[in-house]
Amino acid sequence: MSPEIKLEDAFQARIDDEQKIEPKDWMPEKYRKTHIRQISQHAHSEIVGMLPEGNWITRAPSLKRKLGLLAKVQDEAGHGLYLYSAAETLGISRDELFDQLHTGKAKYSSIFNYPTLSWADIGAIGWLVDGAAIINQVMLTRTSYGPYARAMVRICKEESFHQRQGYEIMLTLCQGMPEQKAMAQDALNRFWWPSLMMFGPRDSDSPNTEQSVKWKIKRKTNDELRQQFVDITVPQAEYLGITIPDPDLKWNEDRGHYDFGEIDWEEFWQVVKGNGPCNKERLKARVDAWEEGAWVREAAVAYSTKIKNNEVKRTA
Amino acid sequence: MDQDLYKYLLILGDNSMILGHRLSELCGHGPTLETDIALTNISLDLFGQVRSYYQYAAKIKGEESTEDSIAFLRTERQYYNCILVEQENTNFAHVIVRQFLFDAQHQLLLESLTQSQDETIAAIAQKSLKESKYHLRFSSEWVKRLGDGTEESHQKTQEAVEHLYPFAHELVTNTSIETRMNEKGIGTNLDDLKEEYYKTVIDVFEEVGLVAKDLKNRFAKGKSGQHTERLGYILGELQYMQRAYPNMQW
Ligand SMILES: [Fe+2]
Ligand SMILES: [Fe+2]
Repeated sequence: MSPEIKLEDAFQARIDDEQKIEPKDWMPEKYRKTHIRQISQHAHSEIVGMLPEGNWITRAPSLKRKLGLLAKVQDEAGHGLYLYSAAETLGISRDELFDQLHTGKAKYSSIFNYPTLSWADIGAIGWLVDGAAIINQVMLTRTSYGPYARAMVRICKEESFHQRQGYEIMLTLCQGMPEQKAMAQDALNRFWWPSLMMFGPRDSDSPNTEQSVKWKIKRKTNDELRQQFVDITVPQAEYLGITIPDPDLKWNEDRGHYDFGEIDWEEFWQVVKGNGPCNKERLKARVDAWEEGAWVREAAVAYSTKIKNNEVKRTA
Repeated sequence: MDQDLYKYLLILGDNSMILGHRLSELCGHGPTLETDIALTNISLDLFGQVRSYYQYAAKIKGEESTEDSIAFLRTERQYYNCILVEQENTNFAHVIVRQFLFDAQHQLLLESLTQSQDETIAAIAQKSLKESKYHLRFSSEWVKRLGDGTEESHQKTQEAVEHLYPFAHELVTNTSIETRMNEKGIGTNLDDLKEEYYKTVIDVFEEVGLVAKDLKNRFAKGKSGQHTERLGYILGELQYMQRAYPNMQW
């Protein structure tokens, strides 16, 4: 047996034993690459995700809601920071990761390519999008790569707060005037299917799943997670008194789960490929912020270099 | 109702709200994640203060008023923020210089208001003072970074100073309401802050070679409800939901 294979066996044995892999540990190149891809994709989703919700900060309907939304969007920036730091432990810089995002090489969650057209969308995103994210992320708190798993623990706590805050916005709307309830229903209509798409392609079309299960990045398949989300969310919609836009949705006594209709996979792939309603403007907003900030970052570096040089001079 | 006290609370609260609004426009668009988070933090602090001032103002006003009716249901001429805080987010240098010119006054003002005879105002000031010290540290450090960073950053910051500094005097000039509130022991006499304010500002500017000419924009009368055209657009966004869907709970 070659030494490489021995190392890989020992590595897999550690994962099978539920031990965490740490940055200084030996790891197969593919494991490193897969993690860079997944963690950075996750980080990008956090910061691109700031944009659709940021769209309503200046128009939030009350001071309390404005503060809640501002704090939420700020949390997402914080999640981005933890995740970029986790990715950096794998030997890639934040600048390189941003570059991958800005050039379209790296992906982010497609859900953020949908527009926020009313205040109720802020409720729907918190309820459904953060809700779907939690289901994925709770699983990831036990993933094999230590820094990623630990980032997830911190993030999950905040995501469940976001989910409750979003649901509470929806509840307030649904208990309000008819036009408020209509706004909530419209938001559910538009965000329901994209939320189901957040779990990715069907298992039969998902080539990465097997390897990811082996490395404990995934402990459940896309379809299992999606089912879990539907089962949790349907009663919540019933409590709100609004209707999930799926005529095929019904409880299946034998399976002990809800059956639900087919996702429009053509739409899914179109949005992934960059042809969603907001792909271009989301990316442009990120690129603009980065480019317009270039002189600021350069100034900060130049200034800190000057300060350091002065200190050296003083102590010399 | 005590008209003077009510208006005084609006002068205090409106500055924080309009500046908080300007900062909130930047959320998600900052030059780095760290500055994005920091500016949002300042915005959050300011809106927190706004709620305290407006809740108190609503109590003074009575009737059916609430923090939200005060925040969202006035017309342009009934907002009393300084002209400085409604200036645009032209670039990061403008954001930072605007913040610095505000923070330097805000900290002094709050320090003084902790001694107010009005217990509620004193308590709000006490709580906000800690925040404003942090804001001033942040903005003054960034003025230095930009002012003494690169040639480009220096030039942009100098340009921001030239645009914004002429509005600064409004922050330390009494209106008749402020004078009366001071006489009652409730408000601050802004004349008393002037010297230290200009010293704080000019010291930082001079440290990094920024030149502030002694210019005073004579149309800076925001505290009397005379604004620039910009405020109307801010209010258009700020008030949109409350105007489009009146009398609803959110
Ligand atoms: Fe997040
Ligand atoms: Fe979240």
